[in-house]
Amino acid sequence: MSTNKEEWQQTTLARALKGQAQQYQNSSGINIDPLYTPEDIAEFDYLSELGYPGEYPFTRGIQPAMYRGRLWTMRQYAGFATAEESNKRYRYLLEQGQTGLSIAFDLPTQIGYDSDHPLAYGEVGKVGVAIDTLEDMEVLFKDIPLDKVSTSMTINSTAAVLLCMYIALAKKQGVDPAVLEGTIQNDILKEYIARGTYIFPPVPSMRLITDIFAYCNQNVPRWNTISISGYHIREAGSTAAQEIAFTLANAIAYVDAALKVGLDVDKFAGRLSFFFDSHNDLFEEVAKFRAARRLWARIMKERFKAKDPRSMMLRFHTQTAGCTLTAQQPYNNIIRVALQALAAVLGGTQSLHTNSFDEAFATPTEDAVTIALRTQQLLAYESGVSRVADPLGGSYYIESLTDSLEQKALAYIEKIDSLGGAVAAIEQGYQQREIQENSFLQQKAVDSGRTVVVGVNKFTSAAHKIPPLNKIDPEIEEFQKRRLAAVRQKRDNQRCKQSLDELQKVALGTENTVPAILACIEAYASVGEICDVLRNVFGTQKEFLIF
Amino acid sequence: MAVKDRKIRVMIAKAGLDGHDRGAKVVARSLAEAGMDVIYTGIRQNPETIVKAAIGEDVDVLGLSILSGAHLEILPKIILRLRELSDREIVILAGGIIPDDDIPQLKEFGVREVFGPGTPTNKIVEYIRGEVSAAGG
Repeated sequence: MSTNKEEWQQTTLARALKGQAQQYQNSSGINIDPLYTPEDIAEFDYLSELGYPGEYPFTRGIQPAMYRGRLWTMRQYAGFATAEESNKRYRYLLEQGQTGLSIAFDLPTQIGYDSDHPLAYGEVGKVGVAIDTLEDMEVLFKDIPLDKVSTSMTINSTAAVLLCMYIALAKKQGVDPAVLEGTIQNDILKEYIARGTYIFPPVPSMRLITDIFAYCNQNVPRWNTISISGYHIREAGSTAAQEIAFTLANAIAYVDAALKVGLDVDKFAGRLSFFFDSHNDLFEEVAKFRAARRLWARIMKERFKAKDPRSMMLRFHTQTAGCTLTAQQPYNNIIRVALQALAAVLGGTQSLHTNSFDEAFATPTEDAVTIALRTQQLLAYESGVSRVADPLGGSYYIESLTDSLEQKALAYIEKIDSLGGAVAAIEQGYQQREIQENSFLQQKAVDSGRTVVVGVNKFTSAAHKIPPLNKIDPEIEEFQKRRLAAVRQKRDNQRCKQSLDELQKVALGTENTVPAILACIEAYASVGEICDVLRNVFGTQKEFLIF
Repeated sequence: MAVKDRKIRVMIAKAGLDGHDRGAKVVARSLAEAGMDVIYTGIRQNPETIVKAAIGEDVDVLGLSILSGAHLEILPKIILRLRELSDREIVILAGGIIPDDDIPQLKEFGVREVFGPGTPTNKIVEYIRGEVSAAGG
């Protein structure tokens, strides 16, 4: 009988394997042993490393009761074509038991161009819903009372504009903005790193973000003012450790920026939220969520001297990994999504989007998104995984992985600190280069068959069965342009112009921009008109590192 | 026409507003490692810029990456403008999220081949070598 791991490996295991065990590494380059034992977590101190759910360092979850208190929010990212079409999809999803909304905007809306701008050609209503003015927003939320639903909006460089539309709409519905619940993504740094919908240079972009922190603290206190996102960083090709590190390094930059303009850390940090990817390697992903939670708690307490425990809680949304969806044998994606969703739940997510199996082709059909939502409901109500907080906690493997990921992430954060922080590192192309390098290695591994993708480089089939797809009617671009023209016709154009002039004055000065943007929105100024004013004052940003 | 002994020149361009550049960068690097001269434009390029750059760089191949669903609008615009400004036979390829149903239409407009998700990079390398040597002799 073996008395330690090494002895067991060299005797009993070696005999069974007839030689050495094959070497495996996870995405983060951590060697994976064939077995984990108490020796792998020898230095482990339960209270300081894990503690209890709802208590520092929150490794085991931010809520004391976790899913016994409340299940995660089932929040499918949706939006396409016109406000009318998207409104129908939202109401369908809510009828099917979805518990929160998540709005996908089209690219012109995300980059601050109206639907009639030449650069919007072909893009209107494609990857999300087209929103030009408050009138579109009124249609988008028709029969959806804003005090009864929480809404997440994937919007970044134009986050202040869309947030103001939501506030203006609430006021029109007779809802006090102080009760509004939801999230704006508002994370410009990862746009420079990975997602690409930036408009302005970093300095004015950070000002818009801290303006939102300050405004919401006073007026929309239950709003998550930012969703600091690792999702797109991972989708662009990073490892799990880089996903944690680059996200938290960005978070550190936002906290620094807010402190620099004089905000008190415990006044805004509790409204910061996060957004992660859930990829294929189930245990690595569970460990990633736990490591991120512990590392953030430590950063807030030790680096930023936060006092309020809420400032230290890493609350996060998860989306299953879009980049793992295959166009080949697309129904296999349903299984991939289920496993990735399981990792998110075992990792203690606060809300979850499950991808639809047809998304390697197009935005999803109603049938496909229904299966994706049902996957979450099966996990919540049939599998039993929601009954115990952090059910994998204490596993030698999970604890060892959690430690390794935290250490790796911390090393990257120190590297970014040494480059002058996240913004300076982005300007030098550091994160972009790291991601680019890793995505290339991943592709080589798939090309060579070292990484198996079922249906793509193994277990392939000749038959190419394509599900029915969601098609966006190209006519909607003209429809949207006509609606915008009609708004411009009927609004009080003098009031609109005055509000835009006032915004320009505020943008040139140092006052908070949010009230001025809100005034523009209430005068039915368009997203493009507002962003043109800001482009003129702030300038625009070119890609930092192309290749 | 490819001059003999000249390296195959390829431009990989991100057309439209989408920032999904993972595929474009991986393809660009794979082609470069296969010995081609590769120019990558970066994201959010408009049709006019792409066309002028492709002509200015005298490329044999123009690879257009698009994942926003705007391929049926934006790719024809690029191809028409390219034909307007240049007589040179440039092989046009497309990659990204493009439903199979749209491929015949793109080919009618002059896209030579479409490479979707899951394409091994060496398949693109081989395809380009085949097309360019066939045209250039």
